[in-house]
Amino acid sequence: MSDREPSASSVAGERPLDRIAAVWRRIDPVDFFFRTLQGRIGAKRMAWVFLVPNLVIFATFAFWPMILNFWMAFTGGTSAILAERPFVGLENFREILDCPSWVDPRGCPVVGYSFWTGLWNTLFFAAVQVPVMIFVATATALVLDREMKGRGFWRAVYFYPVMLSPVVVAVIWDWILKRRGILNALLGDLVDGWNAVASLPAAAGAIVFAATFLVVVLVGRPVAARLGTAPAVARRFALVVGLVVAAVATFAGRPWGFLVVDDFRPVNWLVDQRSGWPMFWAIFVYSWAHLGFYMLILLAGLQAIPRDLYEAAEMDGTSKTRQLFRITLPLLMPTMLVVVVLSLIRAFQVFDEIWVLTGGGPGQATKMIVQHIYETAFTGDAKRYGVAAASSVLVAGVLLVLTLAQLFVTRRRARG
Amino acid sequence: MITATDLSTFLTRRRGRTLHWTDVVAYLYLAVGLAVVVLPVVWMLVSSVKSQRALVENDPRLLPWEQVTVPGPDERTLSVFRVTRDDGTSVDVAFLAPRGRNALVVPVAEVADASRAFEVPRTRLVRKERVDPQVENYTQPLFGSGDTDRFPFLRFFWNSTFVTTMATLLTLLVNSMAAFALSKYRFRGRDAIVVIIVSTLLIPPTVILVPLFITVQGLGLFNKLWGVIIPAIASPTGVFLLRQYMLTIPDELIEAARMDAASEWKIYWRIVLPLAAPALAVLAILSVIWRWNDFMWPLIVLTKSEVYTLQLGLSTFKGEIADNLNHLLAMTVLTLLPVTLVFVFLQKHITAGIASTGLK
Repeated sequence: MSDREPSASSVAGERPLDRIAAVWRRIDPVDFFFRTLQGRIGAKRMAWVFLVPNLVIFATFAFWPMILNFWMAFTGGTSAILAERPFVGLENFREILDCPSWVDPRGCPVVGYSFWTGLWNTLFFAAVQVPVMIFVATATALVLDREMKGRGFWRAVYFYPVMLSPVVVAVIWDWILKRRGILNALLGDLVDGWNAVASLPAAAGAIVFAATFLVVVLVGRPVAARLGTAPAVARRFALVVGLVVAAVATFAGRPWGFLVVDDFRPVNWLVDQRSGWPMFWAIFVYSWAHLGFYMLILLAGLQAIPRDLYEAAEMDGTSKTRQLFRITLPLLMPTMLVVVVLSLIRAFQVFDEIWVLTGGGPGQATKMIVQHIYETAFTGDAKRYGVAAASSVLVAGVLLVLTLAQLFVTRRRARG
Repeated sequence: MITATDLSTFLTRRRGRTLHWTDVVAYLYLAVGLAVVVLPVVWMLVSSVKSQRALVENDPRLLPWEQVTVPGPDERTLSVFRVTRDDGTSVDVAFLAPRGRNALVVPVAEVADASRAFEVPRTRLVRKERVDPQVENYTQPLFGSGDTDRFPFLRFFWNSTFVTTMATLLTLLVNSMAAFALSKYRFRGRDAIVVIIVSTLLIPPTVILVPLFITVQGLGLFNKLWGVIIPAIASPTGVFLLRQYMLTIPDELIEAARMDAASEWKIYWRIVLPLAAPALAVLAILSVIWRWNDFMWPLIVLTKSEVYTLQLGLSTFKGEIADNLNHLLAMTVLTLLPVTLVFVFLQKHITAGIASTGLK
């Protein structure tokens, strides 16, 4: 609907569609409806008319379910009709908590086993995933905060996986991590190539030489600097010592045997039950998909740090180390706290990627708490809505603590 | 050993005309990151045009190398190999049948003439291949033949498009109306409503799955696309984003319109909405991405394959079969294509929108 008044030509237009459009524009039924309404209730109350659709949807699909969840946690049976659900008191909670050992849920009945396995897996997942991802995200943000060529490009590249749907992410990585997939093929080639080089005596000697030399130089330089030797002298000294050590190691010891490693045996990354790889890849893939989001927020935090602080520090001859630890990181800390709490809340609710990637398996190795809720309520023949709702209440308790922490952190950030 | 000084120089260096070694490390870091982020997607793209055979054999080569074939005399498809003769010359032959350690082959030029067939040791045969992207991987699931019954991709595509379009249009309408009321009117309880709406952000969607499902089912929306659309319409992020923007629109404009006896609806529709276009655009982009990628809620509400969205179709297809890997990969590429295009063209708006609101 444009706001141009219909011109004379379009009113008298030849095509009937134009005429209908012109008449429509003149009458404007939508406006007519609201104008009439406004005439009856007054302009002031129109605000509520504008608000109603939104509030109705929020009430029906956010607030009402939240209340309903508490009620459902105390009902039993398998019916999805509220009136048919008997009140069972704390039975659902008792069933979840009824377990000889919460730490080792293998001895629990079905429900307790499912809940506690999911909970511990989720806690482990969050405890590892969040620090690792935040560390990498911060490092990436710090690198991108430098005057890099093509910064926008790099930022876009790292952000791109955030755009991908969980299913697409899972399909991509499943394809890579197959037993005969590309990762195993690459690792196999890498090991073969390494062994081929390491089995040549001369090449193996060169590898040992280079490694020793590098270590001696890198360790020697700061040691020499601390002793107060001139840099050039120190460098020459390190070179000589490195050469001697390397030569001795290479020609006297002839130690190439240890350089040759066993042939690579393809790993069944997502299926191998005892290896711990499925959880590793669950963490890796989830971080891969979400890193860019947190990097972006951290980068925004870094760029909000006033540049003149660094200029002043330069004037005072402050070292880069001090600048990093005394300016950058302290000023980034508020953003960092928000990011940590936000990613904790998200990690605690992880479901999509891992459910499509491993289905919670092998066994229960990557089964998360939300998957427990989902499976209890929506899969299988007995739909145990009550138990699922009770589990939700317990999870909500954990999330509430995290959310309050976030609010606290955000408020402190807003204040100072 | 890298000293703390080196590390911090690497991390904090800001201006340098010459290429310091920390710059080199930084670019190396970025390059490794680029590989980790982009290579999986690229591998998916190139794999999606490989044949089922190459996929099952896990051919690790980047390009879709396929066996060259020729039509045989009895309508069989014969694989072509190259044989090097003792005198050093070589000839292309079609593989007819195995004969113990040997193979019965016939020169490609005379494939119809069975009398020209001869035997060679199989070790002499070198497979003849050429780069041949398999477009069928895309066209077969899209335009019929074979398993469209099991994987009605167009159906899923349509469902996803419908959900995304409808939810986005309604999201824009409903949330902009609310934002208009909350930014341009003064009434009792306004601030309370803002707080209430924003506080719904704190309700974790995974925790209210069961009651939300009961509610949606009670409303008769189970296994209906509207069951996915309607709960997603009201977005606290949307209200917040639009309200913040509308607060910057001067009230004088609205007062002037009231003087001209414009109705409140007209003020909203003709003045505020057009002026809020930038914020609406950001919300539209976010909404399209959210709805297109949605997985968990559709998984619960939509259980019949006629109403599956693309994401549901893909995840089911992934779980079910290994023998149509080529179709699965091609359809995955088609699923990631729309968001990729949106991202490539609107990257600045997306990153700016997310960085400013801190919301995903």
